[in-house]
Amino acid sequence: MSIKARFHIDRGAFSLDVDLTIPNRGVTAIFGPSGCGKTTLLRAIAGLETNHRGYLRIGDEVWQDEHRFLAPHKRHLGYVFQEPSLFDHLSVRGNLEYGLKRRPEGAEKISLDRAVTLLGIGDLLDRRPCRLSGGEQQRVAIARALAVSPAILLLDEPLAALDMKRRQEIMPYLESLPRELDIPLLYVSHSRDEVARLADHLILLADGRVQAAGPLGDLFSRPDLDLAHGPEAETVIKTTIAAHDDEFALSLLDFPGGRFTVARHHRPVGASVRLRIKARAVSLTLERQTGTSILNIFPATVDRMRPEGETRNIVRLMIGPVPILAKITRKSAVDLEISPGKKVYAQIKSVALLS
Amino acid sequence: MIYGNQDLAALLITLKLATMTTGILLLTGTPLAWWLARSRRRFKFIAEAVVALPLVLPPTVLGFYLLIALGPHGPIGAIMTAMGGRPLAFTFSGLVIGSAIYSLPFVVQPLQDAFTAVGERPLEVAATLRASPIDRFFTVAVPLARPGFLTAAVLGFAHTLGEFGVVLMIGGNIPGSTRVISIAIYDHVESLEYGQAHALSAILLLFSFLLLMTVYGLNHRFKRVRP
Repeated sequence: MSIKARFHIDRGAFSLDVDLTIPNRGVTAIFGPSGCGKTTLLRAIAGLETNHRGYLRIGDEVWQDEHRFLAPHKRHLGYVFQEPSLFDHLSVRGNLEYGLKRRPEGAEKISLDRAVTLLGIGDLLDRRPCRLSGGEQQRVAIARALAVSPAILLLDEPLAALDMKRRQEIMPYLESLPRELDIPLLYVSHSRDEVARLADHLILLADGRVQAAGPLGDLFSRPDLDLAHGPEAETVIKTTIAAHDDEFALSLLDFPGGRFTVARHHRPVGASVRLRIKARAVSLTLERQTGTSILNIFPATVDRMRPEGETRNIVRLMIGPVPILAKITRKSAVDLEISPGKKVYAQIKSVALLS
Repeated sequence: MIYGNQDLAALLITLKLATMTTGILLLTGTPLAWWLARSRRRFKFIAEAVVALPLVLPPTVLGFYLLIALGPHGPIGAIMTAMGGRPLAFTFSGLVIGSAIYSLPFVVQPLQDAFTAVGERPLEVAATLRASPIDRFFTVAVPLARPGFLTAAVLGFAHTLGEFGVVLMIGGNIPGSTRVISIAIYDHVESLEYGQAHALSAILLLFSFLLLMTVYGLNHRFKRVRP
């Protein structure tokens, strides 16, 4: 069962008008610039925003419709705020137990021990929140939200208030959550990097309206969206480790369009790994190159093309069912006669591995 | 013995009055302060002004209206009489009512400030952790507003200790019943008994100072514990 969310919120200068179907599994990122209504949307789902019309169904439970509005404390959810917002008058353990004591009977999907282990906060339990670093506080806040055994976990830019070092400290824990939990995560962010690392699905929000929604790989590679433009344009591909090559310290990663050869990854065979491929790291040839040092060359079909500025074109290719972005000069596009349907070879010079 | 029996009685009555007033004000002032801190109603400022009135009103004015209200012909006095009781003017109960109104802002304002300082966020967090509104109030708002409760209790208590005008108007000066320490001091001065006046004044001075010192000391400690 999916999640249906329809809200109409009018706050004078700002309004939010959305009608969404969100998958009931994996990480769905709500992505957009500051002030686009991301947080308001998340708060509406949690029931923290009132005085608006809407409809909300999580799985088979209706939380809001014309006749009812389930109070936030009756909604089966976990919420992580931008600032850790731990209760100062309670110890870390007290904070974790606050929700644990109040969770409904029978709801024991996630035990306290599990939440503590998942976030690595076993050593902090007897400390006072004010004695923790910002990163530790946020990990406790995430564990606290999990300890209520929620049916859905809402995260509102949990890394935004932290510095770079703390972000990197928490990121592995966040990346492990969807692997370890079978509940959907809604992750609000304005950081492209966080979204690329964590999200399976993406909702693009602009000025309180949904600009686009769909699987991450599709949206990142849509030339009609801003995401696919600029120096950061990239494709995220989900792969599975097929084998390791110990002789050359390489790993072979399978994806629906073929097999990547990359530098040895630390995780075992069978583990899933995300690849990030910058659009400018992809070049096109009409024939398969031989005598090249590039390891990853795939046959591909041109799907769409769009100019970017006066010099460049952004090209969306399909490697089997998987889209990938390439950035080439307009001159090359003319010389190679690139147009939709054209068969080419995509040469991928470098890939970055995530988790 | 420097303190006569009447002086000791006045001291006891004063302590009893301050304790009861503080207790009543904490019970009634807390929900009022909570409402003032949280309500977004447009006309909240009227309620705030009413609560603050005793700060600026001469105690005799307040006492005068109370005397009329509580006396046999006043609305409250008439109700009391009709119910078979007796008017509250010149009784200890009347004194408690007067003190509670007189000290109301000293209890409500620190509580309102403390609740405002707690802010919306901890309560929202508690809501997402499945705590009902009442639950959130007692397990989050009250503990976080603890310094405010201490300040409110001490200010309410200390302010009632020093009350004079209201007591004089509605309580009179009945030894063993409504004569409080401040009136006892006044009487001593009137009778040129400066020694006794000194002795009682010193008690009040010392006690008030110790009380306030405790509050400020504890509040400093609270702040250190929670940056």
